Amino acid sequence: MNYNWDWGILFRDPYAGWILAGLGWTLALSLLAWTIAFSLGTLLGIFRTSSSALLRGIGTVYVELFRNIPLLVQLFLWYFVFPELLPDEAGRWVKRDMPYPAFTTAFIAIGLYTASRVCEQVRSGIEAVGVGQRQAGRAIGMTEPQVFRHVLLPNAFRIVIPPLTSEFLTIFKNSSLALTIGVVELTAMTRQIEEYTFQGFEAFTAATIVYSTVTFTVMLLMRVVERRTALPGTLSAAKA
Amino acid sequence: MPMTPRHARPIAHPIILAATTTVLIGAAWSSAALADAGDSPTLARIAERGVVNIGHRETSIPFSYIGDDNEPVGYSIDLCGKFVEAIQAELELDSLEVKYIPVTGQTRIPLLANGTIDMECGSTTNNLTRQKQVEYLPTTFITGTKILSRADSGITEIEDLEGKVIGLSAGTTNEKVIKAAIDELGLDVDVVTVKDHSQGWLSLETDRIDAYGSDDVLLYGLVSRSSDPADYQVTGRYLSFDPYAIMVPRNDSTFERLGRVVFAGLMRSGEMAEIYAQWFEPGPTGIDMPLSDDLAAAFSSQALPE
Repeated sequence: MNYNWDWGILFRDPYAGWILAGLGWTLALSLLAWTIAFSLGTLLGIFRTSSSALLRGIGTVYVELFRNIPLLVQLFLWYFVFPELLPDEAGRWVKRDMPYPAFTTAFIAIGLYTASRVCEQVRSGIEAVGVGQRQAGRAIGMTEPQVFRHVLLPNAFRIVIPPLTSEFLTIFKNSSLALTIGVVELTAMTRQIEEYTFQGFEAFTAATIVYSTVTFTVMLLMRVVERRTALPGTLSAAKA
Repeated sequence: MPMTPRHARPIAHPIILAATTTVLIGAAWSSAALADAGDSPTLARIAERGVVNIGHRETSIPFSYIGDDNEPVGYSIDLCGKFVEAIQAELELDSLEVKYIPVTGQTRIPLLANGTIDMECGSTTNNLTRQKQVEYLPTTFITGTKILSRADSGITEIEDLEGKVIGLSAGTTNEKVIKAAIDELGLDVDVVTVKDHSQGWLSLETDRIDAYGSDDVLLYGLVSRSSDPADYQVTGRYLSFDPYAIMVPRNDSTFERLGRVVFAGLMRSGEMAEIYAQWFEPGPTGIDMPLSDDLAAAFSSQALPE
């Protein structure tokens, strides 16, 4: 392979600063997107398991729409097509005057997409708790919201911590798609280093290591959460 | 154990004799094949695979783009075609398959450095920093960075971008040059990074950006392909000097020399100017750029004798 290696490039100014700046944007993007995904996803998961047919319908339509379109296409639609559908003034505000237009569009789009997946996981957690628990709650006089709040959700969340961790990690990786609409997150910064120095392999190795470190930390954090919240005597009491 | 007397010993053990003969014949056979490739790892690789991998661009009109029948076409593609003919003649092959691999501003150098493509035929600027990783054949085009904007925007020079938004394509020399110019002139300009030229065009059309900076010929190409070319203008002084050339792998002077032989031949015979006229005076994409004095001088000074 004809290539001149130069690992020192990663620690030289301004390239080291670029990597840190990119990491900052990636973390901000991922955490904001996760906030949307988790809150909206839980709400939709409750909708899909509620006794109201209307709420179930809303949940199903949302999930089928957002889950079946590739994320890259969704980003493109939100960034280029959505502002054209708005009235002129609003469209112009979204395209130009909104603070950080590309970043805002990116975290909302990624958040909405991931919400559809979180919804499915929360729904399977609630269903795994069992219809018996639900009926028992109603039988002793709880209203449906109370059943969800005191019986179903506490158990459901503990059951689905592992797949939710996967979704959380996936959001960090999906954040790199934001570079296609101009967000200068970590992968975009890596490519910028490549174009200024032509030392592409070193730059991408650095990005790989940084992403891996972030996801590994998240994984350890979630494992602590799982152990701390485990109910004694339940299957989710992770002894491992 | 007593040794057999010399006169009764065979000349050489039959198995050893057979093995040595096979090795000698094999060495002669393979060195006959390598004699065509010479000491060029790229030519050896092409001979072995029977395929030439050409890296092309998808929207660099009119150098290297996907034509109407979904095949890569363009000025650079035609020139590389001449090079491929020379490779086939050099390796004495009856047929040489050509595979086209799409590349972007970001991937062209890594793919050339690791051998995925044998040459890159696009709109790549030759500069000294890139020559740390790749090598270039003679200059085929000369251009520079200019600014594309709407005809009614009043933007003529880079200074007019004060308080406005400019889009720049990732991985291009234009991005670096315009960012440096903005810093140097102390302008307050918002820079939006786009993935490639077509996304830059879309951003300009949908009024997301006020201007798009790129090589002037590529900007003319984008305008010529639009539905209302009269609504757009390419303005400004040249902000950079960008000579285009075909990229080939580094540390392979035999392969590079073969390329130089091809181009010197084209420039001596005047065929280079003819191929230029096919694509630029005017070309199938509507671009009308007569051969500039600089480029004519480049063609004649690179027309090395045999």
